[in-house]
Amino acid sequence: MAARVDWSRFWSLITSNSSLSALELSVKTAAASTALCILLGVPMAMVLARSQSRVIRWARPLILLPLVLPPVVGGIALLYAFGRLGLLGEYLEAAGIRIAFTTTAVVLAQTFVSLPFLVIALEGAARTAGSDFEVVAATLGARPTAVWWRVTLPLLAPGLASGAVLAFARALGEFGATLTFAGSREGVTRTLPLEIYLQREVDADAAVALSVLLVAVAAVVVIGLGSRRIKVGGASGWQ
Amino acid sequence: MSGVELRALVESRDLDVDFTVAPGEVLAVLGPNGAGKSTALHVIAGLVRPDSGSVRVGKRTLTDSTAGVHVATFDRRVGLLMQDPLLFPHLSVAANVAFGARSGNRLSRRASRDVAAHWLTEVDAADLADRKPRRLSGGQAQRVALARALAADPEVLLLDEPLTGLDVAVAAAMRAVLRRVLVRDGRSSVLVTHDLLDVVTLADRVVVLEAGRVTESGPTAAVLTAPRSSFGAQFAGINLVNGRLGEDSTLVTGWQQVWHGTLDGGLEGGGAVATFHPSAVAVYRDEPHGSPRNTVEVVIAELDGRGPAIRVRAERQPDGSPGLAADITAESATDLRLGPGQRVFFTVKSQEVSIHPAR
Repeated sequence: MAARVDWSRFWSLITSNSSLSALELSVKTAAASTALCILLGVPMAMVLARSQSRVIRWARPLILLPLVLPPVVGGIALLYAFGRLGLLGEYLEAAGIRIAFTTTAVVLAQTFVSLPFLVIALEGAARTAGSDFEVVAATLGARPTAVWWRVTLPLLAPGLASGAVLAFARALGEFGATLTFAGSREGVTRTLPLEIYLQREVDADAAVALSVLLVAVAAVVVIGLGSRRIKVGGASGWQ
Repeated sequence: MSGVELRALVESRDLDVDFTVAPGEVLAVLGPNGAGKSTALHVIAGLVRPDSGSVRVGKRTLTDSTAGVHVATFDRRVGLLMQDPLLFPHLSVAANVAFGARSGNRLSRRASRDVAAHWLTEVDAADLADRKPRRLSGGQAQRVALARALAADPEVLLLDEPLTGLDVAVAAAMRAVLRRVLVRDGRSSVLVTHDLLDVVTLADRVVVLEAGRVTESGPTAAVLTAPRSSFGAQFAGINLVNGRLGEDSTLVTGWQQVWHGTLDGGLEGGGAVATFHPSAVAVYRDEPHGSPRNTVEVVIAELDGRGPAIRVRAERQPDGSPGLAADITAESATDLRLGPGQRVFFTVKSQEVSIHPAR
């Protein structure tokens, strides 16, 4: 791919208005959906790792379903849930909230596909760490909140970091669900992958240049933030 | 100083126990694996909720199933030291101990640092303060874990096989530290162990747990010299035969074997046990004659030559108790050409056998 790049025009190609706004939107939405993944995924992962309940065991495949679902299908599911005539969308519409084809929809679509990555990484870490350290902390007199902040979370930090990096990378590359559920409005829902796809029709050189840019961004994230930590396992990250 | 009263019925683990620890006393809990020793400790620590029962530490009621009381583990002031030191891997040694001080006493950061330094010195680990737990040896980690548990200032300390898995020399050092901090400070503690040395050096009293029931309890010296339970006898390395009191200072077993011995006063009919040391047992291939002696025919189960003598262990007794043991010299073992599966006669002089009331 690097060989196909028109390096003389590379800078102007990636700094065009549409490219820059797509890049900015991609980074912002991926960051937002990573935050949302952490917010939703941490409790989910903890419950999956610690609960013995049969209901929870049945819920696990449901949470991990987006991992194997074609993103387009996920997008359609989201559209029927949050679209104007959707299951929840109807009520949201009545309340004056529109989600489909907005930046919020992009974040939702990205969260939908990247949540399982975070949950799997963190659940593995939580299982590996076990609950022995928490038991010891309790016998030392530490209250549950103190145990969470001073024992559980630090022990799971490596797992959480690797899960977050995976989720961010997946969100950054999200295409199918975004296109289906959020459409492709420049500056609003047109993320970098969508921009690349559109540019390919008009200007193949620009598409290649942007692809290289996306590779670079993904590489920076993965290498910089935690290729060392991308592994399933929590306490082992501290060994 | 506060004592402990435990009464617990845990049906899922088939545990039904009842024992107390006097203020300042170290109680050793002995028993085979799976007898429920750890479960009993977990009930005291509030990690297992008994189906019925109560836990009292000093004047505080921590668990009372009839009143529906169940104080959370973190509010119990009951320390627990396990076989695995479980030092927090993300904290330094000093921070680990300070965690105990800060959580247990609600101390400030600064005060807990001072308490941590004090306890690290107590367990001879002051020089390890800045290390991360992964840089510690097993014995060092266990000493730090002890300092952490003590820094939380528990009213009762539960020790669940804290010396198991340590090298002999390291265990000895740790035992000395335990002796210092437990015996000197008069802190009530419950010690689960499989090691005779721990019991002899640390425990004031012993409780034997078998299949979830207390089968024996008493002062350490009494249990070790005159055990009344199969496990207690095996633990102390003493032979034990169960039966009922017969006539003329005898004990008659359920399978009509008669043991002559010396009565331990205060016996009036009912269940009794006869105990004698393996070194008092002589082994013969043919039935010996001339009898104020106790003679039994047994089948050898195994020979063990780890000590200075050869220990001949017979197969289990008819009631399932551990088989009788005899300690003989290596020469006589060779002369007799003993081997597993062989039928031999064990004889014991009657003055070597003491008969006690069973519990």
